[in-house]
Amino acid sequence: MFFVASLSILITMSLALIRAMLGPTVFDRVLALNMFGTKTVLFICVYCFASGRTDFLDLALLYSLMNFIGMVALLRFSQYGSFGDKPREVSQ
Amino acid sequence: MVMLELIDILVLLLLATTAVAVARIRNLWAAVMFTGIYSFLGAAWMLILDAPDVAFTEAAVGAGISTVLLLSTLALTSREEKPIKKFPILPLIVVVVTGATLVYGTLDMPHVGDPTSPVHTRMEPSFIEKSDHDMHGELPNVVTAVLASYRGYDTLGETTVIFTAGIAVLLILRRPGKLSVASSNRSQPEESDG
Repeated sequence: MFFVASLSILITMSLALIRAMLGPTVFDRVLALNMFGTKTVLFICVYCFASGRTDFLDLALLYSLMNFIGMVALLRFSQYGSFGDKPREVSQ
Repeated sequence: MVMLELIDILVLLLLATTAVAVARIRNLWAAVMFTGIYSFLGAAWMLILDAPDVAFTEAAVGAGISTVLLLSTLALTSREEKPIKKFPILPLIVVVVTGATLVYGTLDMPHVGDPTSPVHTRMEPSFIEKSDHDMHGELPNVVTAVLASYRGYDTLGETTVIFTAGIAVLLILRRPGKLSVASSNRSQPEESDG
C-alpha cells in the first residue's frame, strides 16, 4: 500500500517537473514548484511510514515551512522586482 | 525491500532529470525554480540515506536561503542566459574526469549500512574511552571534544570556507549605487560648511 502511494506521488512529482520545464509563464512554474514542494512533504511522510522510521516526520514539517516561505519570497520578488523596501520597476 | 529500492531509483532519476534541466534551460528565472526543486529532491534523498541532519541543512539552505540569494542576484542581471556560441569541450572533459575520479573513489568505501565497516566497529568505543584522558577531564562532552579538538583543524577549515563564501556573496550582492550615495551624503556637509 505504501509502495503504491509513494509511486503515485512520484508520478505526480514528474508531472509537476514536466510542467515546470514546459511552462510558458512564470506562474506555471511557480505553481509547479509549489506543488513539487507539497509532494515532497507527502513523499517523506509516506516513506517514513514505509521504512518504519516515523521520527523523520519533523523534517516534513520543516519542508512545508520552507516551501511556504520560499513561495512568499518568490511571489514578492516577481511582484516588486526586489526584496528591499525600495521597489524597482519590473522589466518585462 | 525491492519496492523501496525501486523508489530509490525513481528518486535518483528525478534528481538527474532536474540537474539536466537546470543545465539546459536558458531562462534564468526557471533555472532558479529548478534549483529549488533539486534541493527538495536532494533533501528527500538524504533522508532516504538516513542522514536527517544533512537533510535539514539541505532543506533550509538549499530550498530556502539559496533560492532567495539567487533571486537577488537575478535582480542585478538579466533574466535570460547568453546563448552559447560554440560547444564547450574543455569543461565537459574536466567534469567527466572529475566525476569518474569520484566514482572510482567510492569503490573503496564500505556499503551503506554495512555493520562490519570501521565506523561501526572501531571508532566509537575508543573515542568514548580516551576522550576524558585526552581532554584532561576538562571537556566532558565527547561530541564537543571530537568537533573542537580531535577534528579541530577540520572545523577551522570549514568555518574559513563558510566565512569566505559569505564575504563573497556580500560583495556580489552589494547594491551598485550604495557607495556613491554614501560618498555624496558625506560630501554634502562639507559643501554646506564651505
